[in-house]
Amino acid sequence: MPAPIRLRELIRTIRTARTQAEEREMIQKECAAIRSSFREEDNTYRCRNVAKLLYMHMLGYPAHFGQLECLKLIASQKFTDKRIGYLGAMLLLDERQDVHLLMTNCIKNDLNHSTQYVQGLALCTLGCMGSSEMCRDLAGEVEKLLKTSNSYLRKKAALCAVHVIRKVPELMEMFLPATKNLLSEKNHGVLHTSVVLLTEMCERSPDMLAHFRKNEKLVPQLVRILKNLIMSGYSPEHDVSGISDPFLQVRILRLLRILGKSDDDSSEAMNDILAQVATNTETSKNVGNAILYETVLTIMDIKSESGLRVLAINILGRFLLNNDKNIRYVALTSLLKTVQTDHNAVQRHRSTIVDCLKDLDVSIKRRAMELSFALVNGNNIRGMMKELLYFLDSCDPEFKADCASGVFLAAEKYAPSKRWHIDTIMRVLTTAGSYVRDDSVPNLIQLITNSVEMHAYTVQRLYKALLDDISQQPLVQVASWCIGEYGDLLVSGQCEEEEPIQVTEDEVLDVLEGLLVSNLSTPVTRGYALTAIMKLSTRFSSVNRIKKVVSIYGSSIDVELQQRAVEYNALFKKYDHMRPALLERMPIMEKTATNGPTEIVQTNGETEPSVVESKHPPPVTQPTNQANDLLDLLGGNDVVPVIQTTMPTKPASAGGELLDLLGDLSLSGGPPPAPAPSVPTSQPSFLLDGLSSQPLFNDIAAAGIPPMTAYNKNGLKIDFTFERANPNPNIAVITIHASNSTEADMTDFVFQAAVPKTFQLQLLSPSSNVVPALNQGTVTQVIRVLNPQKQQLRMRIKLTYTLKGSAVQDLAEVNNFPPQSWQ
Amino acid sequence: MIRFLLLFSRQGKLRLQKWFTPLTDREKKKVIRDMTMLVLPRPPRSSNFVQWRDLKIVYKRYASLYFCAGLEQHDNELLALEVLHRYVELLDKYFGNVCELDIIFNFEKAYFILDEFLMGGEILETSKLAVGATMEEADTLQETMEEYMSKPAY
Repeated sequence: MPAPIRLRELIRTIRTARTQAEEREMIQKECAAIRSSFREEDNTYRCRNVAKLLYMHMLGYPAHFGQLECLKLIASQKFTDKRIGYLGAMLLLDERQDVHLLMTNCIKNDLNHSTQYVQGLALCTLGCMGSSEMCRDLAGEVEKLLKTSNSYLRKKAALCAVHVIRKVPELMEMFLPATKNLLSEKNHGVLHTSVVLLTEMCERSPDMLAHFRKNEKLVPQLVRILKNLIMSGYSPEHDVSGISDPFLQVRILRLLRILGKSDDDSSEAMNDILAQVATNTETSKNVGNAILYETVLTIMDIKSESGLRVLAINILGRFLLNNDKNIRYVALTSLLKTVQTDHNAVQRHRSTIVDCLKDLDVSIKRRAMELSFALVNGNNIRGMMKELLYFLDSCDPEFKADCASGVFLAAEKYAPSKRWHIDTIMRVLTTAGSYVRDDSVPNLIQLITNSVEMHAYTVQRLYKALLDDISQQPLVQVASWCIGEYGDLLVSGQCEEEEPIQVTEDEVLDVLEGLLVSNLSTPVTRGYALTAIMKLSTRFSSVNRIKKVVSIYGSSIDVELQQRAVEYNALFKKYDHMRPALLERMPIMEKTATNGPTEIVQTNGETEPSVVESKHPPPVTQPTNQANDLLDLLGGNDVVPVIQTTMPTKPASAGGELLDLLGDLSLSGGPPPAPAPSVPTSQPSFLLDGLSSQPLFNDIAAAGIPPMTAYNKNGLKIDFTFERANPNPNIAVITIHASNSTEADMTDFVFQAAVPKTFQLQLLSPSSNVVPALNQGTVTQVIRVLNPQKQQLRMRIKLTYTLKGSAVQDLAEVNNFPPQSWQ
Repeated sequence: MIRFLLLFSRQGKLRLQKWFTPLTDREKKKVIRDMTMLVLPRPPRSSNFVQWRDLKIVYKRYASLYFCAGLEQHDNELLALEVLHRYVELLDKYFGNVCELDIIFNFEKAYFILDEFLMGGEILETSKLAVGATMEEADTLQETMEEYMSKPAY
């Protein structure tokens, strides 16, 4: 059997291969040769074969059949064998294979070998890949070597101990005695590895940390060593660009950080040396900056005095202006860590940070963006937002989503005005519209709904944006929703904030229909568009066109669209009387923590005081339970609003007509004035089938407040029963009971109520809108009255119903409330 | 600690791999692939640091070789650059004007030098001279008929 080829030969041969296939062939041939050589138990060439195997392993080929051979090499007496054997073990074996445990005995023997280099090999292997079992078995040997005077072995034993502690933390105690005089060594290798060992122990165990602080007086020792390093003259073996042993310096600084954290005494003891390092270190080369960086981190983490902290932040500020990209990156990262605790200090460097947004380097841009968002506050929001929006325009796609979310968050927290907020959102939607996160669409819709006075402006801007570009789905979705809601404002040209544009109903419908047919629109967007068109049927006059569009989509392939179209169609045909009520303007949405359906309560008229809302179609009837299925379609984003009454702020507005109703209440009486035609009345119940059928509170008079009859005329009797609502004693809960003593049912029964300005009223949904004849049943409805000023409760009620085919309407005052109901 | 140290060429061929945490072969291959894809396409003037998963990757190009190290969050990146540089200096001292071919044909020596400089992901020896001296002495221990300097031992 000829001698196996030499390692270098093999490498040379393999490198001549021109294709992957050729290389694979060569390797397979050689592997076969090596395998047969292993089988022959050839001692002489085993080393050579394993070395070749390791080379092939590096190229990516399997080499597991060499694992046992490595163990044989380790057991050999020859140093060459051991060297390759241990290398092979580190490369081919790992703790997952049971084979590695066979090494334990060999390592144990080698740890006690007469030659220090063999001991070194054993320590190195144990310290790099020793498993927990091996560590447990051999920890004693390592501990022994930690106490030797041979510095070559001592430093290796120290790092081996670190590995043992990482693998088996319980063994930490065992190494404690050996650490006693580690730091009195002169040898830098031992010093460095000792500091690493002490760091590991202090990080893992608070007890150790306390022990080292108090008993061992570690801090003064470290300070002394550091001082020597800085003050000492030139030492050729440790010098790096004029700095003596920067590796050791950095490690000491890191240990000082751990020792000084949350400990006043330790922090005080190191203040001077930190100041010295911070001011004296040469910053022209990377080495010096590495030390400064570590110093800054230490200063920020310990309980340093404020002067030192300012010094640290200033160093970071100088880093930001450094030409070296790495240093700028590191500065931004550190500032991000400190921005929470030293916000004002970091703010001073804001302009430099914002400039980093324009850097070419991707890593720097990302850090700068994160830091910029952390620095935004109420004072600098306008300026910062300008920069951030500019960044959003020009940055890579990987940043756009995060940047857009950040902008929305910042805008929500610090927006100086509603108009600014809407403008900012518009800007984000138009420049990065397709990168915006999905949940921002409902959030934006909610924001727009709540900015009541900006509706006209918003819808106009969104419309203009749509004309330019319909490819960005979130933008299109928000825009179609707004046009559906506020299309009437768009067409009537009522914008206050900017020049109103001239748009006809047909043009708007053209745009929306365009969205429906466009290839760019996703199914979700199409759903938005269809619903928007439907809503416009109550706001525009071109109803026929809308009917046509809706009926076309009744046969759409998209199931969602088809369902919507079919139901909208039904709304046109059978339920046309409900259409206006269903498609009414959305009320102000309360921001809920969860997005699930919340309870809806009806409101009485005092909601929309703004002049803009003039086109309220009066909902004459109240939908029955059947309509609840249809109602699920409204509000395309499944956010169900909680309607609350608001105090009427402008008595001279649309709400004023309502108050005219009450205007005479302060006088003694007299005939009630003609009711205003556009009294906003109770809105239909929105969802939750069960809600309308059950009164929410106990019918029976509770809390001892006697019931009363509020109205009794023409066979219709309305009784009030009372209850105090917990927990707010200012709220009176009144349940009305309407009964009908005539021979015919009263259908389409609607009860409405109004209270004076100092009160607030909420009207919940009635149990039904048919009052059965001959007192066979009652219609109940709950009213909640908030009376914070405890004034005398008065109410004006309006009743409408149809009796025997003719519509009846009546107004009445209710003044006979029992005193307990409002006191 | 340093989690791993990789050396690879501009074409992505691996020249040295040192792992300081236990990983399966598959995981190692994945990391190597990710590193080459992360580092090789970066423009020449970009910063030497990249965030990857929960590690900080520090890399530096020396001639045709990329030196790439994966650090934990609390490690000092600027110092890691110095560590990479120190390793290159040690190789240079040992091989005399080291180039990629030296590392290809003497990969085992590159490993031995690394093992005298780093251990368990931490720096073992901060003195350049000490590492060089150790290597010299250990090489003399290699029992071969041929002189270890002029002819290869295996």
